[in-house]
Amino acid sequence: MKKISIHIDGKKYQCNEGESILQIAIRNNIDIPHFCYHEDLQLDVHCRTCLVEFEGNVTTSCNLFAKPGMKVLTNSSKVKKLRDENLELLLADHKKICPKCQQGYFCRTARQMKKYRITGTKYHRDEIKAPIHKLGTAAEFDPQACISCNKCVEMCEKIGIGFLKLEGKGSKTHLGYNKDPNVDCIYCGQCTAHCPVAAVREQNHLQPVENLLKNRKGKVLIAQMAPSVRASIGEEFGLPPGKNMEGEMITALRKLGFDYVFDVNMGADITTYVEATELAERIKGNGVLPMITSCCPGWVKYAEFYHPEILPNLTRARSPQIHSGGAYKTWWAKKAGVDPKKIVIVSLMPCTSKKYEADFEKLKVNGLYPVDYVLTTRETGALLKKHYINLPTLKKGKLDLPGTYSGAAAIYGASGGVMESALRSAYHFITGKELKKVEFKEVRGMKGIKKAMVKFGNRTLHVAVAYMPKNSHILIEEIKKNPLAYDYIEMMACPGGCIGGGGQPYPNSEAIIWERIQALYKIDDKMTLRTAHQNPVVIDFFENYIAKLPKHKQEEILLTRYSRKRKFE
Amino acid sequence: MNNLLDKIKAAKLVGRGGAGYPTAAKWEMVKKASGQTKVVICNASEGELGVFKDFHILKKFPQDVVKGMVLAMDYLGTKQAYFNFNKKYYRRIILKLDPILKRYEAKGYRFTVYEEKPSYIGGEETALLNAIEGRRIEPRLKPPYPCDAGLFGKPTLIHNVETLFNVARVAEGKFEPNRFYCLSGPKKLNRVYYLPDSWTIEQILKKTKRYPRYDFFAQIGGGASGLVINQKQMETQKMTGAGSLQVFRSTTDPRQLLLHWFEFYAKESCGKCTPCREGSFQLYELLKRNKRVPWKKMMTIVEIMGKISFCALGKSIVIPVKSYMKNVLKKRA
Repeated sequence: MKKISIHIDGKKYQCNEGESILQIAIRNNIDIPHFCYHEDLQLDVHCRTCLVEFEGNVTTSCNLFAKPGMKVLTNSSKVKKLRDENLELLLADHKKICPKCQQGYFCRTARQMKKYRITGTKYHRDEIKAPIHKLGTAAEFDPQACISCNKCVEMCEKIGIGFLKLEGKGSKTHLGYNKDPNVDCIYCGQCTAHCPVAAVREQNHLQPVENLLKNRKGKVLIAQMAPSVRASIGEEFGLPPGKNMEGEMITALRKLGFDYVFDVNMGADITTYVEATELAERIKGNGVLPMITSCCPGWVKYAEFYHPEILPNLTRARSPQIHSGGAYKTWWAKKAGVDPKKIVIVSLMPCTSKKYEADFEKLKVNGLYPVDYVLTTRETGALLKKHYINLPTLKKGKLDLPGTYSGAAAIYGASGGVMESALRSAYHFITGKELKKVEFKEVRGMKGIKKAMVKFGNRTLHVAVAYMPKNSHILIEEIKKNPLAYDYIEMMACPGGCIGGGGQPYPNSEAIIWERIQALYKIDDKMTLRTAHQNPVVIDFFENYIAKLPKHKQEEILLTRYSRKRKFE
Repeated sequence: MNNLLDKIKAAKLVGRGGAGYPTAAKWEMVKKASGQTKVVICNASEGELGVFKDFHILKKFPQDVVKGMVLAMDYLGTKQAYFNFNKKYYRRIILKLDPILKRYEAKGYRFTVYEEKPSYIGGEETALLNAIEGRRIEPRLKPPYPCDAGLFGKPTLIHNVETLFNVARVAEGKFEPNRFYCLSGPKKLNRVYYLPDSWTIEQILKKTKRYPRYDFFAQIGGGASGLVINQKQMETQKMTGAGSLQVFRSTTDPRQLLLHWFEFYAKESCGKCTPCREGSFQLYELLKRNKRVPWKKMMTIVEIMGKISFCALGKSIVIPVKSYMKNVLKKRA
């Protein structure tokens, strides 16, 4: 591509020929308001707010492409007049949803309104009678707050679901959903991570958690953070993506008033242990193959609704947050002498479907939900800000011992990470030996489908990794034609795995996801403990607690089951 | 067949959908476009106020319209054609049209009829492509232009009914430099006249014996997006756009007229872009709420729609409003 230079507001900038002015501005931190532009999605050019002046005319900058010597103004009087009035039209009555919105006044839209002095009260938008629609117990959308930017719809189509649709015309245009009984939401929440105005958002768990922190009523509060959150929470505080904030987060959680800070990573090690054991059993005992991972509730919902025929292939292992939650409410509670009924476990997740998963009756352990509340990364950011905790300035804290994890757990958040962790342990369970080199680089990276062959002694395992239902569908079709094509498959709903999850900070793009992934692998690289089955806490849990339980109790803590799902179930 | 293209060039045919794009140039662009199958579309949407000539032509001369399509298909070397039909129209001419289509289908041509829920945006060429493809009815971002990648990504030639009628007439050597005029006005019947396109508006009104005795002004080219002119201007002004000519008494209440336009825009906006989606609604509300026209507030929104709307339909709102203010109300717009 040809390098050229253009002038924006009288200053010279280097860029590629054909790049859009908005892209160049974003890269150079020149603020141009925009709502319907997303680098991974199609160019729509319909919010009409990214205005610039070029050759005397005001035009949108997202479809104005750089040519040598071009001169554009982002803040001329002509631009200001049209842009500000148009923002008033677009964000009319937006402030009305602020009190209801968990982001409160910290969101990007509120910042932009302040910056451009948009009142939001000059006009009143048309009344849309459609009620707030709940996407399971994971997310929800408010048609009245929708600005028809269409990003959620495009994202929903991109991942291969197509549940969300714009409805109505003119000022009645708003978000709706596909009424086709064969199309259902999988609760991945990608829509929520692509909505510029939080009209599509996670269901609120922030309020009950705040209430508990204020008035704990004798409860023991435990926070556990998912692998991906530490690599992205910094973005909520203006840090570049891919900064590991684990230490700061631990301090912040203690400051908020949590009694213990454990880690979902510990749960990931349990999951790996259970899953690798099952894989070894299935391979040795001629069980159903390929075995497919099940730690992503979005993927599981997809399988249960769209491909129930594949359910016998799913591993029966529960997911990390449920494993660790269950472990803390049984094994740890007994050890620490705490009444399990008094324990409240709050998971910090990059995900909205984890809210849906936490609500499953079938996962209850001794009549208790393993996890009580799930906060997304965005909710966590809002919680900290509401308590005036400036994360980047905090000292690094240390996890409580039951949160100890291995490097194998740290990479769970990246697509291919679950596979790699399981392989590290499965090698041990199958061959009885330890790996000399634990990295499986061929399953890493941002490719929709990754395939590899792995040598386990004298046996070769065929493995595949896919993210987004679109790609899962391709693999499932392949398995149906050739059931022996693979031995083990990892499936995730979100692009890049959990690290690109629906609960992650806005904006959520492939380039940002890639930065976050690097942070996860860096954590693993630096660790000496790199396999789940060598984690002392996990060994203690299995040998001194699980092993002594009757079989049905073991299953109640470690295993799950699946069933065909109907629409909205 | 190049012979026909030369004839079209010589006749200086332009599109009669409203934009007036040279027909021959459009044909050459689609012909040149790479892509195996090409498509011809007859646009019989006619969603603009005060325009009803396409229906008249389809009723009176369906064989010419279909002939025009077949000629275009032959020129492009394709057998595929679509109708984007205003639902109300299709039901009323189906008996006449179907036998003609059957005759051509016997020769291998394929016609697909898409019945469109009547709307203003449905006539916009890229929005109608979306409609036929089963997508949300809203205009597409150009480029790519329909002539390069239109219906299902195929190079597509989209013509208005009247344009296709003209093509057939040119091929038969019966072409007259006429156009169809849709006349409407207070207490007068809506009627279509076929008259020379070189005539002035005054001539049209006088020759058709519809020149009012009272003081009046007129809106031409489209009943919502058309230009408003005064009696003096009619002496020189010729027809534009989609060929409508609506007469209004000078005593017409400005608020009522503006409300009439704004209601149309608010109802017909597809909802894609902010200025048109929100602006048209705000304009309608503004006029509904106020007994007197709040000119300044109104013009702020009209300016935004005119300058930064996504497609020509939203942008067009400045034409009637500004010309009405300037030519009739003698106000500074």
